[in-house]
Amino acid sequence: MKSGIFAALLLVAMSASGAFAQGAPIKLADVAELSGGGATVGNNWKNGIDLAIEEINAKGGLLGRKLEVTHADSQSNPGVARAQVQKALDNEPYVLLGPGYSGSVKVTSPLAAEAGITQIMGGEAAELTQGGNKFLFRTSFGQQSSMPKVAKYVNDELKAKSVAIVWVNNDFGKGGRDVMTKEFAKYNIKVAADISTEAGQADFAADVSKIKAAAPDAVFIYLNEEESARILKELKRQAIAVPLVGETTLVGQKVVELAGDAANGARGHVGLTTDAPVDLVKAFREKFVKKYNYVPDHNGLKGYLAIYMVKATTEKMGKVDAKKFADTLHGLTIKAASEPGILMDVTFDEKGDIDRQGFLVEIVEGKQVVKQVLPKLN
Amino acid sequence: MSNLLDLLVAGLATGAIYALVAVGFTLLWQTSQTINFAQGEFVMLPAFLMLALMHAGAPFWLAIILGILLSLLLLGLGFKLLLVDPMLRHGVLPLAIATMALAIGMKEAVKQFFSAEASPFPSIVPAGDISILGRVVSLQSLGVLALAIAVVIGLTALLNRTSIGHQMQATAQNPTVARIIGVPVERMILLTFLINAFLVALASLLITPIYLAKFSSGEVLGQAAFIAAIVGGFNQVRGAIAGGLLIGVVDNLAAAYVSTQYRAAVPLVLLIVIILFRPQGLLGRPEERTV
Amino acid sequence: MTVKGKYLRIALGIVVIGALIIVPMNFNRYGLYILSQWAVMTIAAMGLNLTLGYAGQVSLAQGAFVGIGAYAAAIMTTQGMPLIAALSVAVVLCFAIGWILGYPALRVQHHYLAFVTLAFSTLAFLVFRNEDWLTKGIYGISNIPRPNVMGFATNRPLPFYYFCLGSLGIVSLAMWWLIRSPWGRAFIALRENPVRALSLGIDTRRYTLMAFAIGSALGGVAGTLYAPLTQYIDPVPFNLSLSLDLLMMVIVGGSGFFFGPFLGAMIAVLLPEWLRFTQGYYLMLYAVAVMLLLIYSPTGILGILDRYLAARRTKAASALRAVTKSKLETAS
Repeated sequence: MKSGIFAALLLVAMSASGAFAQGAPIKLADVAELSGGGATVGNNWKNGIDLAIEEINAKGGLLGRKLEVTHADSQSNPGVARAQVQKALDNEPYVLLGPGYSGSVKVTSPLAAEAGITQIMGGEAAELTQGGNKFLFRTSFGQQSSMPKVAKYVNDELKAKSVAIVWVNNDFGKGGRDVMTKEFAKYNIKVAADISTEAGQADFAADVSKIKAAAPDAVFIYLNEEESARILKELKRQAIAVPLVGETTLVGQKVVELAGDAANGARGHVGLTTDAPVDLVKAFREKFVKKYNYVPDHNGLKGYLAIYMVKATTEKMGKVDAKKFADTLHGLTIKAASEPGILMDVTFDEKGDIDRQGFLVEIVEGKQVVKQVLPKLN
Repeated sequence: MSNLLDLLVAGLATGAIYALVAVGFTLLWQTSQTINFAQGEFVMLPAFLMLALMHAGAPFWLAIILGILLSLLLLGLGFKLLLVDPMLRHGVLPLAIATMALAIGMKEAVKQFFSAEASPFPSIVPAGDISILGRVVSLQSLGVLALAIAVVIGLTALLNRTSIGHQMQATAQNPTVARIIGVPVERMILLTFLINAFLVALASLLITPIYLAKFSSGEVLGQAAFIAAIVGGFNQVRGAIAGGLLIGVVDNLAAAYVSTQYRAAVPLVLLIVIILFRPQGLLGRPEERTV
Repeated sequence: MTVKGKYLRIALGIVVIGALIIVPMNFNRYGLYILSQWAVMTIAAMGLNLTLGYAGQVSLAQGAFVGIGAYAAAIMTTQGMPLIAALSVAVVLCFAIGWILGYPALRVQHHYLAFVTLAFSTLAFLVFRNEDWLTKGIYGISNIPRPNVMGFATNRPLPFYYFCLGSLGIVSLAMWWLIRSPWGRAFIALRENPVRALSLGIDTRRYTLMAFAIGSALGGVAGTLYAPLTQYIDPVPFNLSLSLDLLMMVIVGGSGFFFGPFLGAMIAVLLPEWLRFTQGYYLMLYAVAVMLLLIYSPTGILGILDRYLAARRTKAASALRAVTKSKLETAS
């Protein structure tokens, strides 16, 4: 009888201590473009987040606590993004994830900073990290660090004297085009044609014929994946033979899949790609495809990395402390050797910008081939 | 000059796509005063039905047949019975708004149950290019153009040569009188919905290899087709075709010679000018009854 | 019956207004933001309701007018000018553009205003996006200040909500007065029977144009509130889909009913928020709900109420008739 009571007490104590060890779940809040014009971006980002959280929780969570995330849809509209971020912040999350559109980041980052909550986002516009916000972090290169590499390549390797720039007229494309135009000016490269296109555009005949008329030494293409595929087809049809240069969205696997052999010869700088010649990235890609049945674009990688940034930073602090999070992440270097989820070594500077390895790739016979590895700066 | 010809050819190819989608608009409008704001989504959906069937293991040809049948069932019969019939008596606007909601619902459903990603779609026309008079033209574009022409010929023949066609025209012109002279008005209206469903399924089959299968691809198409229908004349099949081709060409010429940033504006300015000087549309008749 | 009904309505109004003032006091910032958004959208929808519900014309550019108002507010207040100045500019601009757009379109009557406004809506978006020197293009305008109203700062969510609610109140009163004025009665006469209105000597074209221009100006008013609400604007929210959303609000609420826009904006702004617990399905459910509502009552939410009241009135009237009849019979 006595032993029975003792056993019961022991059981209670054990379960209590078990609960203590596990603790309450750590709440993360994600606000992303799950519908509207940015739905592809937002859903990749969301899937990347979910995959990383599933992995971490399967291995016992973060410091013994489970991760929990809420996803909210910004409808790709800054006004809605603001409401959803406000809602997320009212629930005091550990870290805020997203959004991906630069405009939505601009409208929400002051709110997160005011609440003292760290925001890890997917936006690439140069100006986002230049306003002195101490709580905002990127998951990928900002355009101010990726574009100079492309410009350098166009100047040093291609020795082009004039280029045509084709860009998609949204905040992503315009931002890239503006940085790129400045970079080309530094090298005295002439912009022979400056062509704006629409998101969702299907017919690039007029744009390509303008390129043809301008007869540049190279074409810089900064569009989303689907439009990249369409313009590549049209460039091939109108037999334009000059080098085609771009960024992640021109030389991704998705573009190859959609454009077929028209993608051959396209080249560019890639910060994050599932085709990187890195074993951890390949493993990530396999896991992602197994779970979601498609190959993610760089936004899937960004979402995945965001969660591992949370993990590495928290483990560095040794506790879950939302107040100290941003301070800890500034200046932090995360090594893939100790945290495989981060995939590649990465360092965060004081502004929240990242430093990481990059690649110059070319599409050869439907495959991304890495021509050159651009090392991490420090 | 050669540049101009290239632009014309490319414009016609894109215009043929708008035209195919616009034809359905005008058909529904003529017989039942339905403004279908989900027309672009109607073109988006059949491709996904076919993709889903192929994922389930059906060969391409079977997926096409079943996809078209499903479209007839869902976008023809279902649309007519579930949404149009209950609202038809209450004027144009509530139904137009309901089709807007339908468009949102269809996009979201495809995104949720299929994917937010764009998928490639197999082409029934070989993907190559051929050279006509020194111009390189893609076979897919020619296929769309050929279908658009076939649709006009076919529909015109149906409407003008057959007794069903005459009954449909009577229904479009004056349903009350048509009913009195013994035309099965209800059945005729249903028939136009089925024809529309068949056309969007065909359009989907031809357009998707070019546009890619994506939940949001109907937005651009629907709006362009809507404008094409107005420009050409809301109440004429051949008007819709002419409007579509014109919009395609004007859009391309505008991008080349005016401004790529304002290319979308030029067809709209054209629209306003046409409304000012020829409100019934290029090939339309003046409206015979008020809305 | 009517006196009792009148008191009942006044009491209901006071309760609703009181609730709108008192209940949000302990709302969190998110709740206040959504309610402010509702107030702003209601103003825009009231403008469209004047055009559509009272004057019977379809405008597909209300979202563009909201955009014009928002850009006027954003550009001027970030330059240090007061919001009230931006408001006057927005109202004058939207009224004038409405007049210029409507003038040729109404020459040909019917749905041509819809077509012209459809074109205008896209043109306005392109101007917002392409004219960098004025609107900062696709980058948008950030750090839009919230106004000081009679010495009170409205930076915090609650004061700003009261500012929006107060604006809604003023617009509602003005609209109430307008509809009861001879102008308003002329608008309704137009909708009910344009031919008869014409024969009664109403200059139909002029009044229709007036209704459209005033409605557009209200879109501008909503815009001048929208900019300080979000404190950041870019061109994307003001594309055609906002115009279509506003049209949906008017129809779903009940076009031609004074309170229609209030309910319609509630459905369009609040219903998706309530449905968010269903995660990825919320917009789908929202779409289905709108379709079902319109199938059940094509005249909108207030259409249901109207039908119910009409049925009751007929019943009451026939009861009254029966009583009078029996009285008459006993008298004789």
